[in-house]
Amino acid sequence: MKILIKKGRVIDPKNGRDEILDIFINGGIIEKIDKNIREKVDNVHVIDASGLIVAPGLIDMHVHLREPGYEYKESIRTGTMAAVKGGFTSVVCMANTDPVNDNKSVTEFIIKQAKVEGVCRVFPCGAITRNLKGEELAEIGEMYAAGIVAISDDGKSVKNSETLRKALEYAKLFHIPVISHCEDEDLSKGFVHEGKASVMSGLDAVPAIAEEIIVKRDMAIAQYVNSPLHLTHISSGGSVDAIGEMKRRYNQITCDTCPHYFTLTDKATLSFDTNTKVNPPLRSKEDVDAMKEGLRNETIDIIATDHAPHDVTSKDVEFNIATSGISGLETAFGLSLALVHEGVLSMKTLLKKFTENPAKLLKLPHGELTPGSPADIIIFNPDLEWTVDRNTFASKGKNTPFHGWNLKGKNLLTIVDGKIVYRDPAFK
Amino acid sequence: MKWSKKDLLGIRELSKEEILLILDSADSFKDISRREVKKVPTLRGKTVITLFYEPSTRTRTSFEIAAKRLSADTINISANTSSHVKGETLKDTARNLESMRPDVIVIRHNMPGAPHMLSRIVDSSVINAGDGAHEHPTQALLDLFTMREKKDRIDGLNITIVGDIAHSRVARSNIFALRHFNTRITCSGPPTMIPPDIESLGVHVEYDMNRAVKDADVIMMLRIQKERGGISYIPSVKEYSIIYGLKAEHLKKAKKDVIIMHPGPMNRGVEITDEVADGPYSVILDQVENGVAVRMAILYLLTGREA
Ligand SMILES: [Zn+2]
Repeated sequence: MKILIKKGRVIDPKNGRDEILDIFINGGIIEKIDKNIREKVDNVHVIDASGLIVAPGLIDMHVHLREPGYEYKESIRTGTMAAVKGGFTSVVCMANTDPVNDNKSVTEFIIKQAKVEGVCRVFPCGAITRNLKGEELAEIGEMYAAGIVAISDDGKSVKNSETLRKALEYAKLFHIPVISHCEDEDLSKGFVHEGKASVMSGLDAVPAIAEEIIVKRDMAIAQYVNSPLHLTHISSGGSVDAIGEMKRRYNQITCDTCPHYFTLTDKATLSFDTNTKVNPPLRSKEDVDAMKEGLRNETIDIIATDHAPHDVTSKDVEFNIATSGISGLETAFGLSLALVHEGVLSMKTLLKKFTENPAKLLKLPHGELTPGSPADIIIFNPDLEWTVDRNTFASKGKNTPFHGWNLKGKNLLTIVDGKIVYRDPAFK
Repeated sequence: MKWSKKDLLGIRELSKEEILLILDSADSFKDISRREVKKVPTLRGKTVITLFYEPSTRTRTSFEIAAKRLSADTINISANTSSHVKGETLKDTARNLESMRPDVIVIRHNMPGAPHMLSRIVDSSVINAGDGAHEHPTQALLDLFTMREKKDRIDGLNITIVGDIAHSRVARSNIFALRHFNTRITCSGPPTMIPPDIESLGVHVEYDMNRAVKDADVIMMLRIQKERGGISYIPSVKEYSIIYGLKAEHLKKAKKDVIIMHPGPMNRGVEITDEVADGPYSVILDQVENGVAVRMAILYLLTGREA
């Protein structure tokens, strides 16, 4: 299939590009990017992108696709449909499936299933330890050979410091990042952030230091063994400070945060709406401001969703026993564009956190618009206003606290591997 | 003013006017309880269900007496939270109850927000009779009623709350209610039992019990919440009773006409000595009596609201 995208404002952080250009795609590859391309060949699908932004497909380095084992919450099919709708052309899926992705047969299953069922690229993240137990290392080398791009026990920290040290050392062999979910489990026996809102709601609370302590520990171990470390879904201002400080001394630290951590405060939990229950919890106004500042000053490298779809019965219960998580793929980009509209980030910097930076961390040949590279492209309208309606989600997970919110900016067209996989009804 | 809310889920949602409306209504209902025939036909034909996921003879009985004195039919349902796997039961129970068309459901639950969830499912009025460590609005209202009765005012009072503030729904609801008035609220107790951000609610923290009770008009003692793991916040009950148990010597530091309150049930000899609990300053039994009047007022207001 040949596609010619005409007159879009092409923004590609990796190549430092921001101008009105045409892009010609042929056989899954970006063949040419130039002013006013006139292809004489037949069978070219021409897309008029005037007035719109053309960017590399977004990369979400933290999603839960739930397959295998929890297909009633999400499947690789529905999860990737949600991804392309939200503007993502690549996703990294976490290992807490059933069975856990701690061996190559599960890795192979995910990759095979994604080839058959998936509508975007799926890169599995393997477990650090067997069955996520935090004890013995998983078969990292075999999983790497099968196709994992990172390792993480996401859902919990590796409690044993010695085990984490071994994982950081061992992962060097494959040059893949260790992704750390930072949570001191003894300090985090609660459901919401410890602060004014928890004082009012009486919900068992988790202090921000439960995250910060592990952020600091994990960075100290990584520095000691001279390994790269990525800290995921950072939520507290104290963590951002600690990471910023460490980054000045040691250059192998990266981190991400999620849209809900720079959009909502713990005040939202006062409604007892279980869709506001996430792990780590929504934090204070000061923390939300610190997230924005961290994104602005580049302490926070990447925006990920932590897309955590759940079935209705997991959420339609009392707050204490509801499962944690937000179905985030379809709202992430719209929520993040608010950072541009608010003047926190330039459009190019925002896109960098969704494309160039995750691609670099995971060593993926995506997240850029370079002739010769795979054609993963989105076309979006940064100013289009729309209302979030969870009933229209492609994801099986309708668990969102943003239902009914008005967002400004929407993905309209998604191309993966040179094929149009999503076209929004709003795109004529 | 007229009552307009469907439910009584917490003090947090109430205005000062609504609080005063309840207190003023309770004044007239208290008289009924002191008559020879303690029954009026106000709620005849109405059905009140008490749904208790946590055992509490005291609060349940108080609601039941209040409903009966207003001639309502009452049904008690005790549910066991340990048997409700993943909590579907609250939703299912709510739907089942709703199909029986009750007018009011009084719910006690060990998890914050459960009454709010119930109220979203049912059309009946929902009264929160205690949800985890969140709120216990009827207790706070009867506490305010008792303060106003004994002191003729709420404004200007120094109120000291002592004990496990972190896990106390009584403390929370009282603080929400009292901050509508010009009061000074001091919270005291072991630092492990005082949440770090409590001052954001406009209260003072004084860990030293002797200083905390100084010049108090009201001393409100709280129970150690053994069922919420209260014991793990202190080295021992014995040590707690030595440092934070209310003793006669404390009363000398308070105002001369101090009143001593306790939401019950008391751990005698732990947070309060017998001497104080049964002494002249104690209004603990008045609180129990006033509880019926306040609950009658709430049932009356909720069922009488305009649809
Ligand atoms: Zn996580």
